[in-house]
Amino acid sequence: MADKKKKFMQGNEACVEGALYAGCMFYAGYPITPSTEIAEGMSVRLPKIGGKFIQMEDEIGGIAAALGGSLTGLKSLTATSGPGFSLKQECIGYACLAEIPLVIVNVMRGGPSTGYPTGPSQADIMQAKWGTHGDHPAISITPAYVQEILTETVRAFNLAEKYRTPVVVLYDEIVGHMREPIVIPEKGELEVIDRVKPDCKPEDYFPYDDKYEIPPLAPFGKGYRFHVTGLNHKKDGFPTNDSKIIEENNLRIMRKVENHKDDIWKNDEFMLGDAEVAVFSIGSTARSARFAVKQAREAGIKAGLLRPLTIWPFPDKAVTELSKKVKAIIVPEMNLGQMALEVQRVSKKAEVAGIHRVDGEPINPAQIFEQIKRFK
Amino acid sequence: MSSPTGGVVKKEKVSVPFDYNKYLRPNKLPHIWCPGCGHGIVLKAMLRAIHNAGLNKDNVCVISGIGCSSRTPGYVDFNTLHTLHGRALSFATGVKFANPKLKVIVVTGDGDALAIGGNHFIHTCRRNIDLTVLVFTNATYGMTGGQYSPTTPIGSQATTSRYGNIEPPFDACEMAKASGASFVARGTAYHTLELEKTIQEALEHKGTSVVDIIDACPTYFGRMNKFKGASQMMEEIEKDKTVSVKQVDKLPPEKVQGKMLRGVLHKVDRPEYCEQYETLVMEKAKAK
Amino acid sequence: MGARYEIRFSGSGGQGMILAGIIMAEAASIYGDKNAVQSQSYGPESRGGASKAEVIISAQPIDYPKATAIDCMLAMTQEACTKYHKDIKADGILLIDSDEVKDVPKGNFKLKSFPIIATASAELGKTIVANIISLGMITELTGAVTHEAIEKAVLSRVPAAFLDLNKKALQIGFEKARELK
Repeated sequence: MADKKKKFMQGNEACVEGALYAGCMFYAGYPITPSTEIAEGMSVRLPKIGGKFIQMEDEIGGIAAALGGSLTGLKSLTATSGPGFSLKQECIGYACLAEIPLVIVNVMRGGPSTGYPTGPSQADIMQAKWGTHGDHPAISITPAYVQEILTETVRAFNLAEKYRTPVVVLYDEIVGHMREPIVIPEKGELEVIDRVKPDCKPEDYFPYDDKYEIPPLAPFGKGYRFHVTGLNHKKDGFPTNDSKIIEENNLRIMRKVENHKDDIWKNDEFMLGDAEVAVFSIGSTARSARFAVKQAREAGIKAGLLRPLTIWPFPDKAVTELSKKVKAIIVPEMNLGQMALEVQRVSKKAEVAGIHRVDGEPINPAQIFEQIKRFK
Repeated sequence: MSSPTGGVVKKEKVSVPFDYNKYLRPNKLPHIWCPGCGHGIVLKAMLRAIHNAGLNKDNVCVISGIGCSSRTPGYVDFNTLHTLHGRALSFATGVKFANPKLKVIVVTGDGDALAIGGNHFIHTCRRNIDLTVLVFTNATYGMTGGQYSPTTPIGSQATTSRYGNIEPPFDACEMAKASGASFVARGTAYHTLELEKTIQEALEHKGTSVVDIIDACPTYFGRMNKFKGASQMMEEIEKDKTVSVKQVDKLPPEKVQGKMLRGVLHKVDRPEYCEQYETLVMEKAKAK
Repeated sequence: MGARYEIRFSGSGGQGMILAGIIMAEAASIYGDKNAVQSQSYGPESRGGASKAEVIISAQPIDYPKATAIDCMLAMTQEACTKYHKDIKADGILLIDSDEVKDVPKGNFKLKSFPIIATASAELGKTIVANIISLGMITELTGAVTHEAIEKAVLSRVPAAFLDLNKKALQIGFEKARELK
């Protein structure tokens, strides 16, 4: 008998469910494969609940309008893929400096350039961290299961609202387009966080008040009449050339993430307890790795999997600890070695071995199993 | 210096002296604009128009991109948003669509609106979303030091057209009209009271209202093209090279040729984007 | 790992292979008591070209969502058959449309050959339900899901006006496959 609560759903559709669960009321974007189902889903659902959906004239317009929506107090979303993610980068930097909450979904496809639109990839990991110019805080979330896309999209909104910063949800085309049964959580089952609004009088309000680690954000149109700019600014939001203030503000926006890594990090560990060989992987590749780890265990090899659900800030602590315990950390990723570099950076002892693929085909369990066997 | 009234506007609505401080952030002044620049004149006309339109400061949002004119939001006491080069209209579309109760005014330059933001300009007009767009057309990129812009006349000197500009200029009004804006007008800094009325009419119009404001740059465009001074340039460009739509039919052809039209050039009733969304999309979605 | 049952639907874009995959996976996971994952790969065009949908069915949680060793593959075109048959495991099933696939690949699998599209046209007057006939055939040939589950899954995914047509298509699939067994 069919379970009423269980639904068979695509990853991108689950993203829509997650956004709505989190209270998203504004979407602006531009169509691009393989993320378009998110826009299509939001265009059907938002107007039913009084929310706003707009298809803009280009990718930049999409994220800019979403930032405008967010400044009026609405939780806002935009979704895109590789080339579109490149185009959005300037606005991501704006969101970091102006401290505007926003969730950006990037369904990764083959690149560079137009690349392989319908092929999977994990080659935007570094772009999610370093895509926009200047030093800036970065939070990126990496779900691997359809159910997880829902819950992690909710978490992305929570982090964006809590830390007043853009959050990127990063998953590959395979996870975005595959379908699995999922259960839509009841209201109240998952935590939903809203941004803190000021409770002071308008004349006492400073949108970047450094007495707070994360200053409250007033919505436009509620009497606060404050100023927002992408220029380095003082606590009142107006531009400044004062080098001390510029530096202090640049450091403060970094600290918002740096000082709260324990709250932002999230890892899924599988059979790591006695592991001698570990695999570090995200998205559909991590599912392949889990399969390979089971194969290895059946073959008597002590293998395990560390799967980060937050890739930025990079899970230094977990990887460093792991690297003290295992002989090797294998890093399979659908790119030419982006996460492997980071794993290498923080590893203390273990050998780091990448498995890389950029042919638009997934890294299969057999490839990972072969590597695991090398280190038994 | 000739009369700043330009001899067009008959009735003075604003009480004298007008209290600009009511709408300014006085502690953010002085502004960054050069001596002789018309941006301050346009800013004052905008504030008087906002006053005359009876708008509540809490419900006004002034949004800009990047450039000299785009510094305007910092000086005015509304909800203000200084965005990225070319993107003011997209941010503004988001703000207005998310909260249609806000009166959203976009302050932008010709480079910001017609070059780097040209695509957003066209599509904003096409949607006919209720924004008032004030394009400060000074035919130069002032903030970066005087490069040629999409409205620089052919043959003009700029720091990137030392042998004379070979690119034909855009007419912002023709572009706005062709793209679907339901209110299109032109003013100049020189005809300041006429401009005030035009901006007020734009603010009171429902839909995308575009006002192209000819506002020559003495520092770069003026000096590089051998104008003697700011006031002389203002007269030669803003006064002598424009003609009011109200007078154009009465003038002989030789007095009209080569001149830009001032005043309201196009005004039609066309469905506004936010209203269409609420009445068509939302209602249908809820019924389904 | 372990008890995975892997089915690949292949053909050209527009033949409903992805929909067939979705229906099979729903039959297993929503109308049955198993886990299922459906994935696909296709070119940028929505018509033509080789396209495939894969369904993994298991009593256990499913890790790797793509096929590793295929238990049953459907090929509705020559191109898809040639391109995708290599992953069929020993003793697996290859079901081909006999009018479309003339160059039958050699391999250690059970070949089932039937004019699926022609039957849809002759018996139901609509080639569009060829994918539903093949769902009936695969259900009958593999027992991966029950008749009841696949019927519910089909009927939940097709427009109300075409319920009877699709029900008939599914029945034809069951019957024709029984004859091939």
